[in-house]
Amino acid sequence: MRIETTDVLVIGGGLAGERCAIESATAGLDVTLLSLVPPRRSHSCAAQGGMQAALGNCVKAEGDEPTIHFLDTVRGSDWGADQEVATIFAHEAPIAVRELAHWGVPWTRVRPGKNTYFIKGEKVEIDEPEENAGLITHRDFGGTAKWRACYASAGTGHAVLYAVDGEVVRLGIRVLDRVEATTLIHEGGRCWGAVSRCLRTGELTAWLAKSTVLATGGHGRIYGQYTTNATINEGAGAVLALETGEVPLGNMEAVQFHPTGLVPSGILVTEGCRGDGGFLLNKDGHRFMVDAEPEKQELASRDVVSRHMMNEIKRGLGVSSDFGEHLWLDLRHLGEEHLRTKLREVWDICRDFNGLDPAREPIPVRPIQHYSMGGVRVNKDGEAYGMRGLFAVGEAACWDLHGFNRLGGNSLAETVVAGRVIGARVAERTAATSLSVSTDVAQAFLADTAKRIALWRDRPSTGGSIYGVRDRVAEILNEKVGVFRTGDELEVAVAELEAVQRDVAHIGLRSSGPGVDPELTAAMRIEGMVRLARITAVGALERTESRGAHARTDYPTRDDAHWLNRTLARWDTESDGPRLTYEPVGLLDLPPGDRGYGKTLQKSMETSIDAYNQRAPGQMAEHGALATDEPMGARMLWGAWKGHEDRPARPERNE
Amino acid sequence: MSTDTIQLETPRRLRFEIFRFNPEDPASEPHHQTFELEEQPFMTLYIALNRIREEQDPSLQFDFACRSAICGSCGMLVNGRPRLACNTLTRDLGDTIRLEPLPVFKLIGDLSVDTGTWFRGMAEQVGAWIEEKAPFQPHAEEERMNADLAQAIYEGERCIECGCCIAGCGVANVNPDFVGAAGLNRIARFMRDPRDARGDEDWFEVVSDENGVFGCIGLMGCHDVCPKELPLLEQYAFLRRKMLGSAPAEERN
Repeated sequence: MRIETTDVLVIGGGLAGERCAIESATAGLDVTLLSLVPPRRSHSCAAQGGMQAALGNCVKAEGDEPTIHFLDTVRGSDWGADQEVATIFAHEAPIAVRELAHWGVPWTRVRPGKNTYFIKGEKVEIDEPEENAGLITHRDFGGTAKWRACYASAGTGHAVLYAVDGEVVRLGIRVLDRVEATTLIHEGGRCWGAVSRCLRTGELTAWLAKSTVLATGGHGRIYGQYTTNATINEGAGAVLALETGEVPLGNMEAVQFHPTGLVPSGILVTEGCRGDGGFLLNKDGHRFMVDAEPEKQELASRDVVSRHMMNEIKRGLGVSSDFGEHLWLDLRHLGEEHLRTKLREVWDICRDFNGLDPAREPIPVRPIQHYSMGGVRVNKDGEAYGMRGLFAVGEAACWDLHGFNRLGGNSLAETVVAGRVIGARVAERTAATSLSVSTDVAQAFLADTAKRIALWRDRPSTGGSIYGVRDRVAEILNEKVGVFRTGDELEVAVAELEAVQRDVAHIGLRSSGPGVDPELTAAMRIEGMVRLARITAVGALERTESRGAHARTDYPTRDDAHWLNRTLARWDTESDGPRLTYEPVGLLDLPPGDRGYGKTLQKSMETSIDAYNQRAPGQMAEHGALATDEPMGARMLWGAWKGHEDRPARPERNE
Repeated sequence: MSTDTIQLETPRRLRFEIFRFNPEDPASEPHHQTFELEEQPFMTLYIALNRIREEQDPSLQFDFACRSAICGSCGMLVNGRPRLACNTLTRDLGDTIRLEPLPVFKLIGDLSVDTGTWFRGMAEQVGAWIEEKAPFQPHAEEERMNADLAQAIYEGERCIECGCCIAGCGVANVNPDFVGAAGLNRIARFMRDPRDARGDEDWFEVVSDENGVFGCIGLMGCHDVCPKELPLLEQYAFLRRKMLGSAPAEERN
């Protein structure tokens, strides 16, 4: 066991963590980045289709601007987003994309002259003007008024991650891979670093840091095999924050199900497939999305498409297989050349995992857990509620531009935009901080981790297994906390998860060999994952409305009178369950309204927007929001959306 | 094959011969251990190895992350040939499957090797980043690029640094400083990029010795084993043309 010091400790080596680290390193601070895997193997690399930024560079993107991106994002969130954060995000995204170009991302570029696209099932030729030649081009994604997703074939996340990691290497940032954080070091509401366990040797280290950043990605793996997420997306950051007993998680019931997970492996097939004109078909080969959403068709928002797919299956129109019912994603009409260039990664995945050729056969797909809108609740500077010096960024955080439904391409954009914005705050704050914590505090947290490890090693095995618990949690969530939810099932899920949590206390390891011991590594994570699952289920049970991806069949109405708020979940020290409270979503500018798809039932606010906004800052502070550098609302562009809001979502779709 | 046309026959009993060694355990000796498993439809080595660890031996070490052939974590020798384990379907293999860690890289344990340190070292050695020509201008339009050139750069960018080409390389197995196909591909990718400030002469300094492009003896094992089917032959030809052209006059003969 040893103690090390650093200015900034970043936990998580994906895009959000690395982009954040770059800001501090550029400012001359000493940065240490801990990662479960070499950074280039982080799950950011799996983002396929695109990154949203309103550059407006191709014909179908003409007239786009950050304000329209803001509108799409807030509408897509079903008004659950913090509108000031969405404003910052939409306006910074174009800068972030161009900075990535500067760092070498081979963005797909505008090809002047005739380009063939598939739009709403029709083959369309569009003349891209010579004046736009060579600019970063866009593809269509769900839920957006304009073509806005910048992309590098279907390997966008990979290309962006390699460019950002190239900068990290160029700057000589210290990266320690195969290292897992086990607990945060904190005292009196101030975070001073973390304890880590080396996954090569098992060695423990206490890292004392002036600022600590959680950038650990999402927690989709609480859904076990029923997720597109990598095996490493187990919610480490959310668990670390939760275990302080001080920091709340936001909106954990807001879980995104991606419409097109490959059957049976659950591997993601990008939304870019539908963006480029792909069809969803039922067992009769019928495009059911045309009936369900005549305007947006396959490109309605992800929550909406997932619900229509599940309904189609419920109606008996799914395709039967040994792996359950599924539907078809049909790309045959796009042609082999398109598939092998602009959707190359999709072509590879179909060949490798299903032995099928998407130019000749449709792809079996069904909705599957994909993204965690919820996470460590932070203010607009990225600082965690209730814990100074602790920041969270990217999917690990609930910053909250996604609210209850994230738009495709907005998460890759968030990692880099939030990494820049929050990274700059971290650097400023760190430069003004001196490390004033006793090594006794570090020793105490080191001892805690050592004790946890000893408990696992010493506890006798009683037959159950860590992996059994993991699978049980996954089954409960997948069956009862899925695309559609009801009170009855959620109550059962909550009770079952409580029982599972009690079981964990009796499970011992079957092996505890020297070195790192993969079973111990899994054991150290399992209790936290069960807690995240419980918070997800309880939050879903308590929220008696439908909003975005949270669809209650027993409460189908979006209820702005009672639920225009964000769930905060804390787990008090020594408590055996979570404690939920609710805060305002933030300041409102765009008033809650119709999303324009999904046929949402609505119950209106009972107070005025002015009254809501007057109370919001005080209430959020009471819920733990720390003061920000600029006051709340300083970055709002009040009313900028006026004049854009009535514009039909897709003015020239059929022209 | 689509999912609704699977023929369910009597499943095969697969025999896995897996290399075992834990360097952290003084009592551990390198050996092969045999496990048996019933095959299931669409079974990949990702599924098989996790089942073995969860049902038979919880100490077995291996690496997976994305399990969709994009993160590059799971390179290993499958019946002696370097490949990704996650996208290897057992139905394409015989009844006995031999699994060993990739050579060249430092062994962490069993099938797990330290590719992270090797690739960071390579990136530093070749300068695998853009050397900017001028500072970034946040409010300026992006530098334009021909669509075909962007596509060509992307082709080289597709390398996932899984290490299969390094493990399959006769030179990398004996010269630890050789940057291998992954390194040469990376260099070619940056040489093609007009945003990079380095000229041919700068690159010549980096790659024109036995650790770089002239270290390759043309066995092209890399090309055969690359799971992403990168155009490595073209990248080499491009590099050699560039390097021969940019050699200082006194070195050209």
